[in-house]
Amino acid sequence: MNSTSRWTTKADVDIMKDPADVLQDTVFRLLKMAATKLPKDVEDALRTAYENEDNETAKTQLGAIIENIGIADGGIPMCQDTGIMIFYAKVGYDFPFMDEIRTAVENGTRKATAEVPLRPNAVNPIVGGNSGDNTGRKIPWINWELVPGDSLEITAFPKGGGSENVSIVGMLKPGVGLTGVKKLVVDNAMRYMGKACAPNIIGIGIGGGADIAIKIAKEQLRRPLNDSHPEHEVAQIENEIFEAINATGIGPMGLGGKTTVLGVKVDYAMRHPASLPVGVAVQCWAARRSTAVITKDLEVTYLTHPVEGQ
Amino acid sequence: MVEYHLTTPISEADARKLQVGDIVYVTGEHVYTARDEAHERALHLFEKGEMPPVDFEGSVIYHVGPVAWQKDGKWKIVSAGPTTSIRMELFEDEFLRKYNARIIVGKGGMGAKTLEALKEVGAVYCSYTGGCGALAAKGLKEVRAYEWQDLGMPEALWVITAEEFGPLLVTMDSHGNSMHDEMDKRVAERKADVYAIIGIE
Repeated sequence: MNSTSRWTTKADVDIMKDPADVLQDTVFRLLKMAATKLPKDVEDALRTAYENEDNETAKTQLGAIIENIGIADGGIPMCQDTGIMIFYAKVGYDFPFMDEIRTAVENGTRKATAEVPLRPNAVNPIVGGNSGDNTGRKIPWINWELVPGDSLEITAFPKGGGSENVSIVGMLKPGVGLTGVKKLVVDNAMRYMGKACAPNIIGIGIGGGADIAIKIAKEQLRRPLNDSHPEHEVAQIENEIFEAINATGIGPMGLGGKTTVLGVKVDYAMRHPASLPVGVAVQCWAARRSTAVITKDLEVTYLTHPVEGQ
Repeated sequence: MVEYHLTTPISEADARKLQVGDIVYVTGEHVYTARDEAHERALHLFEKGEMPPVDFEGSVIYHVGPVAWQKDGKWKIVSAGPTTSIRMELFEDEFLRKYNARIIVGKGGMGAKTLEALKEVGAVYCSYTGGCGALAAKGLKEVRAYEWQDLGMPEALWVITAEEFGPLLVTMDSHGNSMHDEMDKRVAERKADVYAIIGIE
């Protein structure tokens, strides 16, 4: 796409929108929304959990979470760990502003860090030091996907450190089968107990390879909590692991209760005959994600956090 | 389960009254943030015979790396949920013995060394709900000082006036009880039932 053609769309001519500004502003809003307001499905799940618990401690923990969400309410970060910056960009082949995306993500991140504010969470692992603005080598990380169409779907997925620290990849022997897969996930949950700020959401990726398995696992964390996998066999694995982990009694914050996980999401790729890779991605209750779609005419629609009037 | 509203400095007698399962709300001027590096520095100063900038006697030590910002020349805590406490296990027992803090606040619980020191000194460990940064900030009313700034925003020693900071759940008390150890045992007991659900006999 050459740089002149972007000015040829009618909307641009009419209102002279600057694509860099629109993209950057969208990234800023996505980060602010993600940090300060949970998607509705997650908030609803936490409220339902509060109603279902009869354990006094669990009720106190979930009650604090719900009060906290109310105070944050679109204004201040619900958690002081505002995460490391991860984005998912699903770009249409014919989206005219592809070359603007990375710069917009970086600039929008800097602005959000200063103005929301977000905690500076980008540390150099080699020479030390915090960049101070949540950007640096390879961060924000963007997961790219090219799809047919002419629009961009972009998701901000700032990920907290506590839950990330208990995510794992297991390279299992194929002989252990699906039971071995389930055992890996359940054993992991019983090891970290409440340390990942339960109630958690768990994403599981089976097959592919070590990198593919954990990538699939993490992608599952973006699924709505109330869906299940379209393939019956996979949905059944989701249900079994969900039931098993909640039967541990670990509960909110690991202090006891019925609600250890709000959701378990599984997907898979074909595997090598010699390998059974399993990725387990763990998400804290502050499951922050926000998604917008930007058309080629620079019209923006917010999917997870609808703006009034849309 | 009893609910307490305590004002700092907290006496040893008041701290010894607290039992695992109790809920505490704290008000007062002796509330300080401290993570790994602040603990290390406080112990180092003690060894050198130097005074830290604040009095830790009867205080509440909060394991947190806050998000804060400066408005009109005044620092304000924006979001400040607890960090994982087990990292401070390296320092907490010595810190308690040397400085007589009465309430340690964090998440995830601490180990045997800290539990022993709580017993000896007369102090408790409280769990604050992880991720509840906005709610915590509401209780951390005023920043009176921002000490040890060279450690950076998360690791510095923030000197805070709290107002009804809570709910803090006592999960380790001065009588040797730990809800965290108890939970480990209870979950281990359920392991067979959990395995049965995923088809392991």
